[in-house]
Amino acid sequence: MAKAAAKTAAATSPSAERRPALAGRSTSATGVKVEVLAPAERMSLRAPEASLAALSKALGVTLPKQPKTSATKGGRTAMWLGPDEWLVIDEAGNDPLADCAGVSALHSAVGISHRNIGISVVGPAAAAAINSGCPQDLSLDAFPVGAASRTILGKVEIVLLRTAQDAFRVECWRSFSDYVFTFLSEGARDAAG
Amino acid sequence: MLLIRCPYCEEERPELEFRNAGEAHIARSGNIAGESDDDFEKFFFIRSNPKGIIYERWRHIHGCARFFNAVRDTVTDKFVMTYKAGEPKPSKLPKNGNEGVAK
Repeated sequence: MAKAAAKTAAATSPSAERRPALAGRSTSATGVKVEVLAPAERMSLRAPEASLAALSKALGVTLPKQPKTSATKGGRTAMWLGPDEWLVIDEAGNDPLADCAGVSALHSAVGISHRNIGISVVGPAAAAAINSGCPQDLSLDAFPVGAASRTILGKVEIVLLRTAQDAFRVECWRSFSDYVFTFLSEGARDAAG
Repeated sequence: MLLIRCPYCEEERPELEFRNAGEAHIARSGNIAGESDDDFEKFFFIRSNPKGIIYERWRHIHGCARFFNAVRDTVTDKFVMTYKAGEPKPSKLPKNGNEGVAK
């Protein structure tokens, strides 16, 4: 499986034509800026407890074991999504899939770079803007910097990561990205209200 | 909004992240082809519909995606407690079950 993944990446990456959804879209309201983030390498990782040490070593970032947490190192972030599931995002241009290819411990690594769109929501009213459609408690006590969770926004599923006190990264599926961006823009206007 | 405690995420989450998945603790027979029609009907179709405490499967579908079991009161709609899938039916329910589990 890991072998096949590495092969596919080598075969398709150079020639793949990338058409980013919503590229360059951004909107600001008083206290919030919503922006589409640059493309990044992403990987969905499923693995049992016994494989974590080997995978963490290969990825160069320790896979978090606590619910609702993430770990970041060298432009690469691993987010805990479930007891055996992580989302790894690499913004430094390195492919986490290739790093996992050499690991013999049991795991399933699936490249989802083009499946997701990242949207940043930044500003003092960022939490309020996201809370316009997300029911989670986003106060700093309940959702501190570095907290990450799969949740919902309006009627779609998102992965939410708090990158700073007043900054969030919202990950959603590509086909939902227009909905999410528009929803967040409206939320930003309301939050600025 | 109802808050439901996910035993895997170890905290209360808003109900919008969850989905009901039917009655819990219904074991599938190891020899399903050998079941009599009556037994199969019981396993497949017949569900308890109590007024009061019910044991249900729930799924934290927009969170950790795990199935777990919950004890719920059908009269008040309040969750008494939740526990991980595969764990046995709790023999004793917490007396003041609504505290710290659901508000």
